[in-house]
Amino acid sequence: MQVDRRNFLLSATTGLGTVWLAANWPAALSASAHARSAALSPKPPKFEFFSDEQAAEVAAIAARIIPSDDSPGATEAGAVYFIDRGLITIGPEAQPIYRDGLVEFQQDFKAMFPEIAKFSAASAAQQDQFLRSQDQPDAPARRRNRPANGAPSFFETIRAHTIAAFLVDPESEYAGNRSGVGWQLIGREPAHTFQSPFGFYDKNYPGWTAVPANEKSK
Amino acid sequence: MKIETPKYRPSDEVDFVIIGSGAAGGILAKELGGHGFQVVVLEQGPYLTEADFIHDEIKVLQQDLLTNHPKLQPNTFRKTPADKAKPQRALVYGRLVGGTSVHFTANFWRLHEIDFIERSKLGAIPGANFVDWPLTYSDLEPYYTKVEWEIGVSGLGGASPFDPPRSKPYPMPPLPVKSSGVLFERAARQLGWHPFPAPMAILSEPRPGRSACTNCGFCLAFGCEVGAKSSSLATAVRMAEKTGHCEIRPNSYVHRIAMDDRGRATGAIYFDAQRNVQFQKAKAVIVSANGAETPRLLLLSASKQFPDGLANSSGIVGKNLMLNSGAVSVGVFDEPLNDYKGYAVSRVLHDFYELDVQKLGFYGGGGLDARFDMTPIGFAMGALPPGSPRWGNDFKTALHHNFTRSMEIFGHGTSLAVETNSFSLDPELKDAWGLPALRMTYKDHPDDIKLSNWLGARSLELLDAAGARQKWTFPVTEQEFAVHLLGTCRMGNDPKTSVINTDHRTHDVRNLFLCDGSSLVTSGRGQPTMTIEALAFRAADRITALAKSGALSPT
Repeated sequence: MQVDRRNFLLSATTGLGTVWLAANWPAALSASAHARSAALSPKPPKFEFFSDEQAAEVAAIAARIIPSDDSPGATEAGAVYFIDRGLITIGPEAQPIYRDGLVEFQQDFKAMFPEIAKFSAASAAQQDQFLRSQDQPDAPARRRNRPANGAPSFFETIRAHTIAAFLVDPESEYAGNRSGVGWQLIGREPAHTFQSPFGFYDKNYPGWTAVPANEKSK
Repeated sequence: MKIETPKYRPSDEVDFVIIGSGAAGGILAKELGGHGFQVVVLEQGPYLTEADFIHDEIKVLQQDLLTNHPKLQPNTFRKTPADKAKPQRALVYGRLVGGTSVHFTANFWRLHEIDFIERSKLGAIPGANFVDWPLTYSDLEPYYTKVEWEIGVSGLGGASPFDPPRSKPYPMPPLPVKSSGVLFERAARQLGWHPFPAPMAILSEPRPGRSACTNCGFCLAFGCEVGAKSSSLATAVRMAEKTGHCEIRPNSYVHRIAMDDRGRATGAIYFDAQRNVQFQKAKAVIVSANGAETPRLLLLSASKQFPDGLANSSGIVGKNLMLNSGAVSVGVFDEPLNDYKGYAVSRVLHDFYELDVQKLGFYGGGGLDARFDMTPIGFAMGALPPGSPRWGNDFKTALHHNFTRSMEIFGHGTSLAVETNSFSLDPELKDAWGLPALRMTYKDHPDDIKLSNWLGARSLELLDAAGARQKWTFPVTEQEFAVHLLGTCRMGNDPKTSVINTDHRTHDVRNLFLCDGSSLVTSGRGQPTMTIEALAFRAADRITALAKSGALSPT
């Protein structure tokens, strides 16, 4: 058992887990039922946590974390809606990270580009230049945009949430990974049933043959 | 089909109350119920079924849909008894009917002969509480076979030259090989090693009420939606219910074993779903709550009569915790493996089961397996090569290329028992019911770290021989997180150095039995569930014989 990997997969101590943890799971279930009914509603979704201005910035950041190029990205996956809904339902603990983090994020942005009103108004190249300055996963805990209690930084939080929005099971209730665009990108077919051969290397497998016992060695 | 099962009242004095419905508790309930004993199984988690098992990584992995929840049941961690433990999630186990067997990988390796007698062969190891088992492989062999046939294990007997003797073949053939298995098999043979089809507690052929594996790809950490994974839920729990003598009572969180003045267990005190306190009376108590919760319950049951905790005259309840060591390596290949399809592991090798201590300078042994057990979000967050882009167009490109082309080699190995490695009660932190939280104290024996690095190096050799374009090993660090919970109420003949005897009866209380990962004396090479289940079948035989002979009745 390898500890770092297990920590990641099962105990969820990275950004994603820390901020999405709900107080208890029955509450999370009813919250996700709410999210599902909202997602299925014919009306265009309204933001529940973000103001329209905040939502525009979050969408702009998510769109650089997983850009839309020759294939869909965070925008098409509905990342900003997924995050907004998540902050109301399953992960209200992360609300302060967004509320305060967005303010500091824009302040830092203005320090780098004083002539540009806000992050979402910048060019993609300018946005990427700024995000590189924000992406410091190993920075000490007291730097700005990183709460002192060891919680992940604003950038690490929105990065994790954008990835979750892009790659979550499209059948789940959060209305992320819209139309399965994230799974299409990584090549994960959405079916529940698969048959062998699965991939290139098992296609022409000749079948199991035993190794003669006299080859037994240490 | 809903099975009609008896409903006992807590005031009914049933024959057995079993605490925990996982790998051991399910089998004990099935066996004892099958002998006509009245059995109540108290399970702290909910009773979920296949229809509840979803592919939602957020709910399952991040929100602990199936597992102990860190907000309800927080715990603390420290490396040594000299440190003050800090709140830090240190363990995961299945908290639902079926226990951890619901979400496990389902690797089902028997122990080998050497595992039971290794202390005699090698002598003492400094810094380790290393002893022989009071049982041998031949004592357990019939029960391993029983597990394979009754629970449903797929595999190919005799395919590994290192396998211990078996009295019967597997009941069904191995599952179909995956691309990771083919690459592993070819490369291992090139290196002169002996890969073989992985024995898995997953059906390759349907059984009544259960589908064969449909290869859905959400296996480790997820519940099986078609009942193909041979969890306690899909197998023993339902068989127990069908006996007509067994009630599975979910949402029942036991926090004390009740005792009378004569030193006999009289039942289990628990919180029901509404957090009302209930007392289930029983003639005998069996604790199968896992290697963390079993010792915790004994310690929580301290009284004037048993000030250091129940069944703890030895003072070792909770001690000698073993987690299994290991290392994970990842390889990226030119063509798509699509290894997300299917169950996790299709090929294994045991060439390194018994390593030469003199030659290598450290104790240990293990096995390697070929697998892919990462789900999409987890992969994107943690499984790209070191130094890969973390966002932007290049991140997208890497995700697109690597998800279908990656596989893992997982090296599984021994842990040495160290007396100070333990589960105990935290003196300050409480859980949501106001009970003392678990405190884990753990620092790997230095040989475990050396073994992990050694297995990681073999994995890289193997990935190299397989033609991996890129390969790396996750860094081996001292473990601070427990998945396998072993050895904390060990079996032995001497009441001074063990908690239970070979009948799983506690040395101190004649109608109290313990059976789960806590019973193990050594760690094995990394896949404990098969042995926990074989022990449970054997314990059921022993307990049945004792009960029928009147040896559990008041004297």
